[in-house]
Amino acid sequence: MAKSPFGKGVAHGLPFIVIMVPFGVLFGVLATEAGLSLAQVMAFSSLVIAGASQFTAVQLLTDGVPTAIVILSALAVNLRMAMYSAALTPHLGPAPLWQRCLIAYILVDQVYALAQSAYDERPTWTVADKAAYLGGVAVPVFPAWVGATLAGAVLGARIPESWSLDFVLPLAFLALVGPMLKSRAHVTAALVSVTGALVLSWMPWNLGLIVAAILAMAAGAEVERRA
Amino acid sequence: MTDTTVWIVIAALGIGTYLSRFAFLGLIGDREMPAWVLRHLRYTGVAVLPGLVAPLVVWPDATGGEVDPLRLASAAVTLAVGAWRRDTIQAVIAGGLFFGIGNWLL
Repeated sequence: MAKSPFGKGVAHGLPFIVIMVPFGVLFGVLATEAGLSLAQVMAFSSLVIAGASQFTAVQLLTDGVPTAIVILSALAVNLRMAMYSAALTPHLGPAPLWQRCLIAYILVDQVYALAQSAYDERPTWTVADKAAYLGGVAVPVFPAWVGATLAGAVLGARIPESWSLDFVLPLAFLALVGPMLKSRAHVTAALVSVTGALVLSWMPWNLGLIVAAILAMAAGAEVERRA
Repeated sequence: MTDTTVWIVIAALGIGTYLSRFAFLGLIGDREMPAWVLRHLRYTGVAVLPGLVAPLVVWPDATGGEVDPLRLASAAVTLAVGAWRRDTIQAVIAGGLFFGIGNWLL
């Protein structure tokens, strides 16, 4: 079991509960405090399954921003998922359509990061192995996210502000970035991404992030080409 | 913020997010992509995630957008441990402990 790609996926996904649980609880608590019903909070976490954009959407809804702008801003945060989809296509493109449909549903940041690094390390895996690994990763990650959201929404425990739980969100993503800094090209891309996102933060609907990401990919590719 | 508004946002986000995840996997499938596209895609993770967190670390809502030395230092610890140990979980525990202890002491 531990040797199969699926078993490896489960084993690699399991520790991510440490990240998904505080992240999910935080969303459950904040969304409930913002006035969303339990059904709405759970629908967010099980249909959208994209923490960062869910926080954005709830924040903008509370601020009374027009509905169309709420949707566009949150979707812009999630355009990165299209880039993940593209990055995994060379590995998973030949998989049966039903598998690709399922994979698209569970392709969150953590799943993408684990899959990409596993595929890079194991070039001998078949398409079926790769799909099985990704499915394995989702087995602990997805229920942890949904379950933690439920816990946060139901317990609604008013978390003291002094705990600064908001830092859970950047922490969850920063922890994914460190292991990705494998070469000078990767570091360059990361620096361009940070600089771009900060300099372009004036752009509406979070589009600055998308522009910064495209510039960063170009920078990484260029450093690689010259190496 | 009415109930209907919230449901509209959830439905639109759910569909839109799913479509972004499905876009390339579903439509390109097993067709070959040109080498230069693949070269760009190798940097997807490092191109997106740092930019996503940068404003949250530098101008946190919780401090009203003020730069907070503890958050910057905790972010640096998380990144450094992650890059050194090549492990997300060790990174999150190191960064979380650093921030938690710093927050408690300060």
